[in-house]
Amino acid sequence: MDGGCGGGCGGCSKDDIAVEFGDEPHVLAVDDNLIDRKLVEKLLKNSSCKVTTAENGLRALEYLGLGSDQRNTLEISKVNLIITDYCMPGMTGYELLKKIKESSVLKEVPVVILSSENSPTRISQCLEEGAQMFMLKPLKQSDVKQLKCHLMR
Amino acid sequence: MDVVQLQRQLVDYRTSLYHEGFLDEQFTQLQELQDENNPHFVVEVVSLFFEDSERHLNELTTALEQQSVDFRRVDAHVHQLKGSSSSIGAQRVQQVCIAFRNYCEEQNVEGCLECLQQVKHEYSLVKTKLESMFQLEQQILTAGGSIPM
Repeated sequence: MDGGCGGGCGGCSKDDIAVEFGDEPHVLAVDDNLIDRKLVEKLLKNSSCKVTTAENGLRALEYLGLGSDQRNTLEISKVNLIITDYCMPGMTGYELLKKIKESSVLKEVPVVILSSENSPTRISQCLEEGAQMFMLKPLKQSDVKQLKCHLMR
Repeated sequence: MDVVQLQRQLVDYRTSLYHEGFLDEQFTQLQELQDENNPHFVVEVVSLFFEDSERHLNELTTALEQQSVDFRRVDAHVHQLKGSSSSIGAQRVQQVCIAFRNYCEEQNVEGCLECLQQVKHEYSLVKTKLESMFQLEQQILTAGGSIPM
């Protein structure tokens, strides 16, 4: 068995990933659109991930233990990756990204931004703020494979 | 009709939906996500899409009936509809939404009303077609056959 996902994604199969992690990686997926939540959940489950979904930034922060009234939460849910939609009412994915990167506890968690708009300004803005990747919607199975290879080590 | 004929009918029907632009690649992605653990995944997601879309279309109708149209509200609903239709591969619905959003940006009520009519029409078409397709699939399963990919 080679180094798993070290080089390209050629050898990325479900089995490789399971061996790498032991436990299934836990992904938090944030999107205000119900259909997109259902889709991303299935895509991730098909890639042997444990998935939690949140319908907006506030709920996501609460789940992560960063809610406004959660000062010293001991119960922080362990999450290996956060995938968030960019365009959400209230708190955008970008704003959520910033909050996560400002947190000493969570700033190491990779954050991926999803958007239906291929906007270069939006992309640089997110990458500059520390997003690991920016991906276009709608998400495909091959996108999730790529994600796993590059992010979850 | 025997199973083989039904299967052929389904494949032809599906192909026509792609050719006529009702469905795109994304719908294929959806089908590929279905497996033994979730044998009804496509129907479930599409049903969600129907419910969701109808809600947005109703909201859009109301919003555009107002004396003073709130274009941000209209745009918010069109944005959602565009996203959902894109996610399930309902290409023609998605395309109308793109034009719709442009009219919102221009704050053009006439244009928006036109698009609303168009999107309702396209939605109704794709809904009918998907329902027919699901019915065909059900017939095949009932006849003891399997759904061709």
